[in-house]
Amino acid sequence: MQQRVLRETGIYLVTVVTVYPRPFENTTMAGSGAAHLHLGKLNLSILRDFYRREFLECIDKCTGTKALVWDDGLTGPFGLIAEASMLKEQHEVERMFRLEASGLPSSNVQNIIFITRPRLHLMEIIAQCLLNEEMKGGFVRKEFYLVFVPRKSLLCEKKLKEQGVYGSFASVEEFNLGLIPFDSDLLSMEMEEAYRECYLENDFTSMFFAAQSLMTIQALYGSIPYIYGKGDCAKQVVDMMRRMKMEMGGVEPQITPQIDNLLIIDRTVDLLTPLLSQLTYEGLIDEVFNITNTSVKLPPEKFVTAEDKKNSKEEALSEPKKFILNSADELYAELRDKNFNAVGIIVSRKAKTITAEYDERHSAKTVGEMKQFVSKLPHLQAVRTSLGIHTSIAELIKDYTDSDEFLDSLRCQQELIHGIDTDKVNSYIEDCIARQENLTKVLRLLCIQSMCNDGLKPKVLEYYKREIIQTYGFEHLVTLSNLEKSGFLRPHSTRTYQVVRKTMRLIVEDINEQTPTDIAYVYSGYAPLSIRLAQTLARPGWRSITEVLNLLPGPKVEEVQQIPMGLRKRRASVTSSQSSMGEQKLTLVFFLGGVTQAEVAALRFLAQQDDGHPTDYVIATTRIVTGAKLLAEMMVGYSPEGLPIAPGF
Amino acid sequence: MATADWNPLGDVYYRKCELYAMEWCGLVDLAKHSVAVSTYGGPIALMKDESKLSRVVTNVKPVVSVYNAGGRLQSQMRWNSGNVITMGWSSTEELLCIQEDGVVLVYDMFLTFKRTFSMGQEAKDVKIIDAKVFSSFQGTGIAVITTSLRIFVVSNVDSPRIVRLAEVPGLNEPPSCWSIVVTDRQARALVALGSDLFLVDQGGQYQQMQADLSEDAGPISGMAVSFNSKFLALCTQQGALWIGSSDLQRKYCEFNTKSTVCPQQLVWCGNGAVVALWDRLILIVGPDKDWIRYNMDCSVFLVQEEDGLRIIGNDTHEFLQKVPAVTEQIFKIGSMEPGAMLFEASKEFQKRNQKADEYVRMIKDKLDTAVNQCIQAAGHEIEPSKQRMLLRAASFGKCFLTDYRPEPFVNMCQMLRVLNQVRHHSVGMPLTYTQLEHLSMPVLIDRLVMRKLFGLAVRICQYLKVPDAEGRSRILAHWACFKVQQKNEDEDKLARAISQKLMDVPGVSFSEIASQALEYGRKQLAVKLLDYEARASEQVPLLLKMGQDQTALTKAIDSGDTDLVYTVLLHLRDKKQNSGDFFMMIRTMPIACSLYIQYSRQQNLKLVEDLYYQEDNSLEEGNCKILRSYTVDHIEERAKILEEATNCFHRCKNEFAVKQTDEQVKLMRIQRRLEDDSGRSYADLSLQATLHQLILEGNATWVEKLRKDFKVPEKRFWILKINALAYGEDWVELEKFSRSKKPPVGIDVFVNGCMKYGNRLEAMKYLSRVSPDQKVRCLVKVGLYKEAAEAAIEMKNEDDFSYVLSRLGSADRQVAEQVRAMRGQLGARR
Repeated sequence: MQQRVLRETGIYLVTVVTVYPRPFENTTMAGSGAAHLHLGKLNLSILRDFYRREFLECIDKCTGTKALVWDDGLTGPFGLIAEASMLKEQHEVERMFRLEASGLPSSNVQNIIFITRPRLHLMEIIAQCLLNEEMKGGFVRKEFYLVFVPRKSLLCEKKLKEQGVYGSFASVEEFNLGLIPFDSDLLSMEMEEAYRECYLENDFTSMFFAAQSLMTIQALYGSIPYIYGKGDCAKQVVDMMRRMKMEMGGVEPQITPQIDNLLIIDRTVDLLTPLLSQLTYEGLIDEVFNITNTSVKLPPEKFVTAEDKKNSKEEALSEPKKFILNSADELYAELRDKNFNAVGIIVSRKAKTITAEYDERHSAKTVGEMKQFVSKLPHLQAVRTSLGIHTSIAELIKDYTDSDEFLDSLRCQQELIHGIDTDKVNSYIEDCIARQENLTKVLRLLCIQSMCNDGLKPKVLEYYKREIIQTYGFEHLVTLSNLEKSGFLRPHSTRTYQVVRKTMRLIVEDINEQTPTDIAYVYSGYAPLSIRLAQTLARPGWRSITEVLNLLPGPKVEEVQQIPMGLRKRRASVTSSQSSMGEQKLTLVFFLGGVTQAEVAALRFLAQQDDGHPTDYVIATTRIVTGAKLLAEMMVGYSPEGLPIAPGF
Repeated sequence: MATADWNPLGDVYYRKCELYAMEWCGLVDLAKHSVAVSTYGGPIALMKDESKLSRVVTNVKPVVSVYNAGGRLQSQMRWNSGNVITMGWSSTEELLCIQEDGVVLVYDMFLTFKRTFSMGQEAKDVKIIDAKVFSSFQGTGIAVITTSLRIFVVSNVDSPRIVRLAEVPGLNEPPSCWSIVVTDRQARALVALGSDLFLVDQGGQYQQMQADLSEDAGPISGMAVSFNSKFLALCTQQGALWIGSSDLQRKYCEFNTKSTVCPQQLVWCGNGAVVALWDRLILIVGPDKDWIRYNMDCSVFLVQEEDGLRIIGNDTHEFLQKVPAVTEQIFKIGSMEPGAMLFEASKEFQKRNQKADEYVRMIKDKLDTAVNQCIQAAGHEIEPSKQRMLLRAASFGKCFLTDYRPEPFVNMCQMLRVLNQVRHHSVGMPLTYTQLEHLSMPVLIDRLVMRKLFGLAVRICQYLKVPDAEGRSRILAHWACFKVQQKNEDEDKLARAISQKLMDVPGVSFSEIASQALEYGRKQLAVKLLDYEARASEQVPLLLKMGQDQTALTKAIDSGDTDLVYTVLLHLRDKKQNSGDFFMMIRTMPIACSLYIQYSRQQNLKLVEDLYYQEDNSLEEGNCKILRSYTVDHIEERAKILEEATNCFHRCKNEFAVKQTDEQVKLMRIQRRLEDDSGRSYADLSLQATLHQLILEGNATWVEKLRKDFKVPEKRFWILKINALAYGEDWVELEKFSRSKKPPVGIDVFVNGCMKYGNRLEAMKYLSRVSPDQKVRCLVKVGLYKEAAEAAIEMKNEDDFSYVLSRLGSADRQVAEQVRAMRGQLGARR
């Protein structure tokens, strides 16, 4: 069975690599096999199938040939739910277009379905497309449909009415795509601005969606008996869930709960962690090359084989290569959560075993032995392909981690989290500004310093601010104001960091990067506070850290949802031999405002620990972030919506 | 004796039993009323029939009364509209009154007017002579025949669509009788013209049919279609009674009643026998010419039911039915059926007679059949005592069966309990088990709710364990809707009473109740009730409708549903003429404010500033102004906006921002001046970038001036200048600069600068001046790995040495080997 899965994967990886640089249509849906989703403790393919069914119902409402017009931000997430090939073969989807102001390419399909997020600027584009189409006319009378993801929006519908095209739609639907299964233990809502909206703009729409998606999860996997949370947004979400439960009027899912605990962590509780440089393999890939919807685009030089060079044209070779990163790839599943320093060893060890296995063919004498070898061949080839890819990726990453910029920045971060000279102007940050290094990097270090010092003294902060404004431009006065407003930069206040650091053992001195014994390996010596909270919750419980919880921002939430007797989990009988072990509990950890790959790795590490109280984790989040992504949301001129951007930003 | 009231009709038996002694006894004479009775034990509507009363034409309007099947008065009213031709009941127990002018008035059973519709212009113009209410495949239909002898049909009174049927050829006077036959999902009319029959349909087709009557039967004077529309009975002026299939293809019999008087009513009893009524005489004729006659004490009215016939009289309400097969099997004298034996056994057992054992032994192999028979027979009994006996027998038989499934027994017990409850005269629904099966339990509950028997309905639901959402909650919601219509009750009390009952009931839509209250003009009550609504998406629009803007806004915000908040906000903005009022209203609600600001931000930045101004949020107002300043091109305009921003920052005492903004204005003006001087643009450059450009241009005076004016720190300035010079490849100037005075930065900055712009030779020049702690790194930078390694060894610095090792990747292979080999030296010297 396993071999079969892997074989598919192998072929699959090859297809992606060869297929990629073609016109848009073929690449919108970075189709992905879903075989890996059911491998975890919680069968997430149920959720994927649920969304898939809902989506197909949505588009099957119109009969006849269809063209789907995609809002660019949705193609990635939808690729994880419905493959382009499946849509084409079984649902009469003949064309796929990108939603662009230039209008739609001509086609003779009967139906055109716009699939879009509820954003005002997209409405204008849709209106423009529609007007163009109507001007064009054509032989076939086309029907137009509109699908909002995840929800209809009054403002958008109003906008369409203002543009005079609302009536042209045969129907306006919504498709409530909430948590998208990324991997067998990872779900993400891919809401790019959740943090900005909540903490800068005071707009909690994303929290509403988060609560809704948690209700969906509960409908599919049963009510979650215990809910814990920390932070303002966590409380909001729990309140909304309670409300939604009431609104459902006592109709509870009649399923034995498969999830034991829900832990909701608001990003503001631990803003420091995402700002630090992640040091796991996957974390580094994300930091350096930016993983979006489990796929990453890499510079092609390292992946071009001699054969490719012969076959392809020049420009195809200069296009970035796209790779899907998930646990369907056996090797990647092993590597992703390791500290980068351990990756090289594993790769080379793997390479040796593969070579050894290949060499078996020389020793194969009998027909039977040959046959056995041949049957292993596809698997071996898949592993070898993957080995090749990851060797190249690791080389790319190593170039980055060996650079002086990275090492110096890391050293500076280490000093700051150890609390060394955090109250003074840091000369490395100063130099970075003077050298006009990337502003995000500067802000990242500055925010780290502020957090490790529990806020900076006004004089120090103003010095930094002035330096930044003079160097990067006056408009960043607003950026800095945003950072202050959203909690990244704080005025000097009471000592909390030192207390939290000590009580929660955030700094771990001698860590083993190869065979770690503590979660701190993900940041080479720093244990993420968020994960420490999850760890403490599992054992010995939050009561032991009341003091810390009081120091951290936002309220603490604890709630019990009564489960009807008939649906409760049967306890293993006392006499059974396994009862002493205790059953493995499953905790869903929901990060509001984002989670980093390193934190995910740390939770996976905890799930593997067998300490007599095993807890398995499923991770959900509004978005997978890096420090840079998080800070980019705060930048002036950050404009996903095409707001007026001043020149020079 | 159980068979005492049985009358044989051919092979089968008919029995008649009393359902109720009528409560109207002595008050109502049916002979003087026109009667309409709803099937399935439904209510009875009476209208005093003037034509039956006296020949004197009076102007007194008739009275319409509705009674339940037990003769208890439900409601009464004086008829105010036109002349009623026919009354009938719909399948949802609505009273349909069809007037002469084709107008149909619909009332509920409490005679509350619900709606009206017309049977078409022609009916209105020429009047109708007769109307029929029939049950169609879609619900209840109405057919009318006009004075112009055309027939119009509505198939469903809930959505009336008038269809004209084909005309009957040769019809020039009202037909002696006609009826509606529903077959193949279409309603057709069967019209008698002399001894001919015509079937006319909606497609404009007619079909002449022959009823195969005997020669001397004479013209047809009456007809009856059976409950399932499959059979037809005809009677003629000469007293012949013809029974056959409704498509006239089959004739079962022709029975001579010897009566030349046309029967008052010709109906079917179930689907098995035809019943004719002459005043006090009831004649039952079976398909094989067998007959039974009953003499009644007074005039009666007959109501066709699915499985029998109801006979409503002035004193009693009786039910005539064919004895069900299973009942016959058990009770028929001499029956050897297992059920009969078990029943006997059970009776003997109760008498403590050992015969019980014998009987049981006789049917040992068929005991399960026996039990089933007893259970089913119990269902067909109306008397609880008989039900009990049969059930007891079933339960006795069950004891001998090891693997008998208890469900049928339990279900029957439950059904009977419910049936006995609704048959009680206070409820007055004489349903049989067969009827209930057809009607289904949810419909029965609906009918109880319609009768406002909320308590009973709830108890039945709880007894049958109907899920709350379909049962209790729904009923209580109906109760509440009914409650709010009672105008005389105090609103506070009412709201409290309703909430008390409904608070802990999940899934009750308070908004529905509230909108009902609103419909009845009780706004305060509606507001109070709406407060209990859990679903904000239902609650908020209604609150807006009632003008409860503030509450609507609060509730929308509480729900967390942004879209809902926007619904309210935009509604309010459009409603309030004065935008100031609108701002005042939302300013106390931060979430509403922020959302509105978000919305405005996408429309117009200036508007956002106004909002922040209203909010006294000067910091954000200033920030907005800064953003807006970048959208204007003209420098003075921009400066003006920034000066406004400065004022904002002043207001919120943000001295830092004030100073920065002032400096920015100053910088902009300088940039402008520089542009005028040199013709090169400096617009939108930061101070740093401006300096960079000026250094490149060699504009030392302005560089110096800017540096001083803006207090650029020495260190940053040096790094800036070094990089700028290196960028401009002005190596001479760079060298000069390095020697101008003691640099506040390390010489390594010079090395880095040179290397950054690819001049290794220049970089080398500075190496000698690099401070010792930076030496190794700088050597590595310029690619002198060996020298770097030597320096590290000299300084006995292991970290530096490993640094060199880690950088060997790009080194010459030979050099790399050499350096690696030097590792030993480090150890040795230590």
